Amino acid sequence: MICVYEIIKNEEEKRKFMVKPEKLIENGIRLDGRKPDELRPIKIKVGVLNRADGSCYFEFGANKVIAAVYGPREVHPRHMQKSTSAVVRYKYNMASFSVEERKRPGPDRRSIEVSKVSREALEPVIFQEYFPRSAIDIFVEVLQADAGTRTAGINAASIALADAGIPMKSLVSACAVGKVDDTLVLDLNKDEDNYGQADMPIAMTPDGKITLLQMDGHLSSDEFKEGLEMAKKGCLEIAQLQRAALLEKYSSKIEGESNE
Amino acid sequence: MSNEIMSELRKDYIYNLMIKGEREDGRKFDEYRDIKIDTNVIEKAEGSARVRLGDTLLVVGVKIQTGTPFPDTPDKGVIITNLELLPLASPMFESGPPREDAVELARVVDRGIRESESIDLSKLCITAGEKVWMVFIDVHVLDDGGNIMDAASLGAIAALMTGKLPAKRFDVGEDSPIPMRDVPVAVTAVEIGGTIMLDPSLNEQSIAGTKLTVISNQDGGISGMQKSGVNPLTTEQINYIVDAAIEKAKELRQKFLEI
Repeated sequence: MICVYEIIKNEEEKRKFMVKPEKLIENGIRLDGRKPDELRPIKIKVGVLNRADGSCYFEFGANKVIAAVYGPREVHPRHMQKSTSAVVRYKYNMASFSVEERKRPGPDRRSIEVSKVSREALEPVIFQEYFPRSAIDIFVEVLQADAGTRTAGINAASIALADAGIPMKSLVSACAVGKVDDTLVLDLNKDEDNYGQADMPIAMTPDGKITLLQMDGHLSSDEFKEGLEMAKKGCLEIAQLQRAALLEKYSSKIEGESNE
Repeated sequence: MSNEIMSELRKDYIYNLMIKGEREDGRKFDEYRDIKIDTNVIEKAEGSARVRLGDTLLVVGVKIQTGTPFPDTPDKGVIITNLELLPLASPMFESGPPREDAVELARVVDRGIRESESIDLSKLCITAGEKVWMVFIDVHVLDDGGNIMDAASLGAIAALMTGKLPAKRFDVGEDSPIPMRDVPVAVTAVEIGGTIMLDPSLNEQSIAGTKLTVISNQDGGISGMQKSGVNPLTTEQINYIVDAAIEKAKELRQKFLEI
């Protein structure tokens, strides 16, 4: 009897915690109605913060992130400064209310890693040598998370850097590719991230230089190569939106229709 | 890439050698340094391995104990990976909480083991929702000779493959091997001035713009990747590294991780 009870209890517990949809893709259409190579809707607002030198609000599906850039400014603590170039610092932070179960505030191992790779995704496009002994600080705050926060953060930060007037070689755009139900899909949502077979965030410049590449899950080498091409297309699409958002802010000023 | 102090002359020397198709220590671009793995070197640990990869030396200890499962996976065991860059391993390492490079290394080692599903976590369940095995993988880097990533990953998997579940000590049956079902192997490449080389030495790593680690499984599939460093890579370079890494992983697995 105890055994049966245990099994039932386990089944109940399983149901409570796992609500894996039976199929993540049906007839080539994903649960949220997208085609495999379709991005989630993107909303961009440039210059949303007053105090920051540059800022950007970025919505990527249900992700809501805000990026602020301060600098070039004095480096604190002093010993971090470089005599021949600026130091770029990137702080990725998730709000405790951004996820289903409250996240303990403050940095954890995940956010330390995300900050590092995101910084490295942006550094190659910044002319750091123009600003010796100074700091360029990028702060990314995730207000709502729904898979793909690091790519949303990089997209936002890239725009915020441009908004701050930091000289850059190009913008950086990022999105993820993954595998669900044995199909490669662009820009995973939460369910696809949780129950999918692979997740691969990628950032690149519009001319195809890859500045961020991570992967977990399971892919064959052919799938990887196909996925990389898919991500490239997604990133180009995002790059156009980023450009358009920046142009929108700055071209209206030239026409004399003040935003103030 | 790292803050390692190196003379400009040495950098030029490595760079010029590379243009001639050579490396400082005479290796080919896709050749690893000598590897030596000894397992069960720490008797108190449930699994352990000492790895020497060229000048790099590290010890991996696996401690296993019972604990309560996470509420979202009540019938699965738990893996926790930690990596310490001890100050005795390099003048560049400082004591204190792990910094971002150590955190990144630990998380990539963890990713390889977790995502390849090399440990059968459901077999680590003792009583669902109450008691499961918790596997703590701790990597202690003793000497930094470059490419800690691959050495740590080799050590972790070797320690797990030779480890045991201490069931007797915890009064839950007889001791048994850790339920393993795959052997993920990490292969790291660096890009220096357009040239790709595997298993970077400390000097090569210091002048390289970018590292790319590819973790592949027995079936040749990829279960983890991490690009680290500020230089971008082209699609061609990445595809080349992926193919080379899968090939090399096969070779390393055969040579050092055959049961």
